[in-house]
Amino acid sequence: MGGTETMMAGTAASAAPLELSLQGALNLALDEILAEDPKALVLGEDVGTLGGVFRVTSGLAGKHGAARVFDTPLAESGILGMSIGLAMAGFHPIPEVQFDGFAYPAVNQIVCQLGRMNYRSRGTLPMPVTLRVPSFGGIRAPEHHGESLEALFAHVPGLKVVSPADPQQGYTLLKAAARMPDPVIFMEPKSRYWQKGQVITESGLDDGGKSPVADGAAGARIARPGRHLTLVAWGAMVARCLQVAELAAEDGIDVEVLDLRWLKPIHADALAASVGKTRRAVVVHEAPRTSGLGAEVAQIITERCFGTLKAPVERVTGFDVPYPSGDLEDEYIPNIDRILFGIQRVLEYKRG
Amino acid sequence: MQTSVQRTTTRGRAGLAGAPRAPLAELPAVEPVTGNELVELYRLMTAVRHLDLAAISWQRQGIVPAYAPELGQEAAQVGSALAVDPKRDFVFPTYRELGVALACGVDMVEYMSTHKATWHGGLWNPAETHVAPIQAVVAGSVLHAVGWAHGQTLEAQGELPADGYNIAVTYLGDGASSQGDVHEAMNFAAVFNAPVVFFVQNNGWAISVPTEKQVAGGSVATRGAGYGIPAIQVDGNDAPAVLTATRRAVAHARAGHGPAIVEAMTYRRGPHATSDDPGRYRSLEDERADAGADPIARLREGILTAGAATAAELDAADAAGAAEAERVRAGVIDLRPRPGTEMFDLVFQEPTDELQRQKANWQEETELREESDHE
Ligand SMILES: Cc1ncc(C[n+]2csc(CCOP(=O)(O)OP(=O)(O)O)c2C)c(N)n1
Repeated sequence: MGGTETMMAGTAASAAPLELSLQGALNLALDEILAEDPKALVLGEDVGTLGGVFRVTSGLAGKHGAARVFDTPLAESGILGMSIGLAMAGFHPIPEVQFDGFAYPAVNQIVCQLGRMNYRSRGTLPMPVTLRVPSFGGIRAPEHHGESLEALFAHVPGLKVVSPADPQQGYTLLKAAARMPDPVIFMEPKSRYWQKGQVITESGLDDGGKSPVADGAAGARIARPGRHLTLVAWGAMVARCLQVAELAAEDGIDVEVLDLRWLKPIHADALAASVGKTRRAVVVHEAPRTSGLGAEVAQIITERCFGTLKAPVERVTGFDVPYPSGDLEDEYIPNIDRILFGIQRVLEYKRG
Repeated sequence: MQTSVQRTTTRGRAGLAGAPRAPLAELPAVEPVTGNELVELYRLMTAVRHLDLAAISWQRQGIVPAYAPELGQEAAQVGSALAVDPKRDFVFPTYRELGVALACGVDMVEYMSTHKATWHGGLWNPAETHVAPIQAVVAGSVLHAVGWAHGQTLEAQGELPADGYNIAVTYLGDGASSQGDVHEAMNFAAVFNAPVVFFVQNNGWAISVPTEKQVAGGSVATRGAGYGIPAIQVDGNDAPAVLTATRRAVAHARAGHGPAIVEAMTYRRGPHATSDDPGRYRSLEDERADAGADPIARLREGILTAGAATAAELDAADAAGAAEAERVRAGVIDLRPRPGTEMFDLVFQEPTDELQRQKANWQEETELREESDHE
């Protein structure tokens, strides 16, 4: 099951892990990226003096200079288009779009340009652009501040899509993404920004230069092992699925939680290994159901595990409605009960 | 931090007070603002001030999760809105247009519902009030206004109606003017000769970014020249001046001469939103120095000097505004979440089978959940 072990397995840490929020872990990763890579740039709305509306870029302009961490005018298409040009000039832009819903004005540049430039230029103009997008809902925010765009971007050829679930994942995946020669859409679960966790950093390692990033950023990750059923989730839904697994355990149901991490490319081997073992799967995502990534995951599982599956793959998702206002958010985002109902349907499935 | 703050002081801004800079020869002259209108401006602006300050404290008390204050922009908002006739015209606000909505007669509890997280866009009826839903996307509705305005000329089949065209007014900030959509909107409006007024509130800031780093040339109004659109820059803290400038722009559009731009130079005195921390990008001294005179105090002085009302009358208007804010508070507290079924029912006029299936499934699971909660 290469790549699916808990990330730090087998690596020795010399320094104690840091206790960081996801926001702090991302800030540290950006700080290190800017220090290591003189071509790295951070740009976007309010990322400079203010440090971003979620403070993920806090302090970076002061430390690395206003030429490398800079505010742009308020135009997402402009930010992405400019990043593409900077990449052509040999830079490694790490643009931020302030909220998920404001990536829509940049879709033209992302889809028509960013995802195609490498192909169009026959590999001579790589696009090492990491677009950070505070993503998903759960914070009772205004319209367009709670959307899940993974399916939209995963559908676009030439883009990679990843979402961290906790501070360690945030640190590791962002460093890995920024080192990639290809465009990565980096979806940060904003409802988890303030959640703390242990983070082992590269500088805290004493393993002869073997980095947790090189080692641990590939593919999916088993967030919790289990025998009876696999819950597949990413981003903010991983924590919720871990809660569900705890509750299910009280009823004697042993749930495995697979944190998919990479939404493109999807780690099919990890899905096959997990569901091959548990023989049942439920995919959980916040995005609307129709043409969501759950359909893709279910199809991969079907292709790889058709013979062993004991029930069709279930989906517990958002609905085919615009992401609602705060008061109805809890009705929209898969809650613990809805996920438990999904588990129940799979466990009670009888062949017709 | 210091440098960006220095660049943003009103040395440039204060110099703008009063004198319009952009070409305005093409805009018609209008009647001077009357004494009664001054008092009406005052009544609305103080009502807005009370409600705006109240909403900030509601956020601190947990009554609403978030709010975007408009402190200092009362003159720009009320002054411009009074130039519009919401019976026939159509207003396209952003997320900060409390004063516009109030002056256009929108119910303030329905307005606040968006900040209470009850319903995106607010609960008022845009088709009836002619005030479009709250727009969260910066510059999102600027092109809609052009479309609506062009629709008016289509309806009139190119014949200027006796009372002129119905006009659209679209509100945008200095930050919003960076969006490509605004360029497209101005170009379309000029090409189609659409009766639309672009009302720019240049409040000095787009969250943390000062106008100097947002708008090349420091002014949106001067861009009008490139599109052949007449533009007027006005002291946005001077309510009668804003009203007059907007009336000229409206009269121009009504008369079939096409679009106009009004840029009101004002100042966002508070944070961008209740979650914002302006201390990270400007100091209190800068705020004091840059904000200029309080638009309400200034109007009050003007009214008293002109003898349009007595201090007692103005105090009474003020007190009425405070009482009204209390009434709205009670209404906001009473607002209940909308039924979950509306989430499904309001997506389409004709819902799909799949959506109906999702709704039925949601209802079934909700009932099961409620049953188990009762056990
Ligand atoms: C397309 C888009 N991008 C980003 C945002 C986030 N955002 C909300 S308000 C704002 C600043 C807007 O500044 P301005 O247009 O000057 O209006 P003001 O807030 O000062 O009234 C930003 C960046 C948004 N709402 N829409």
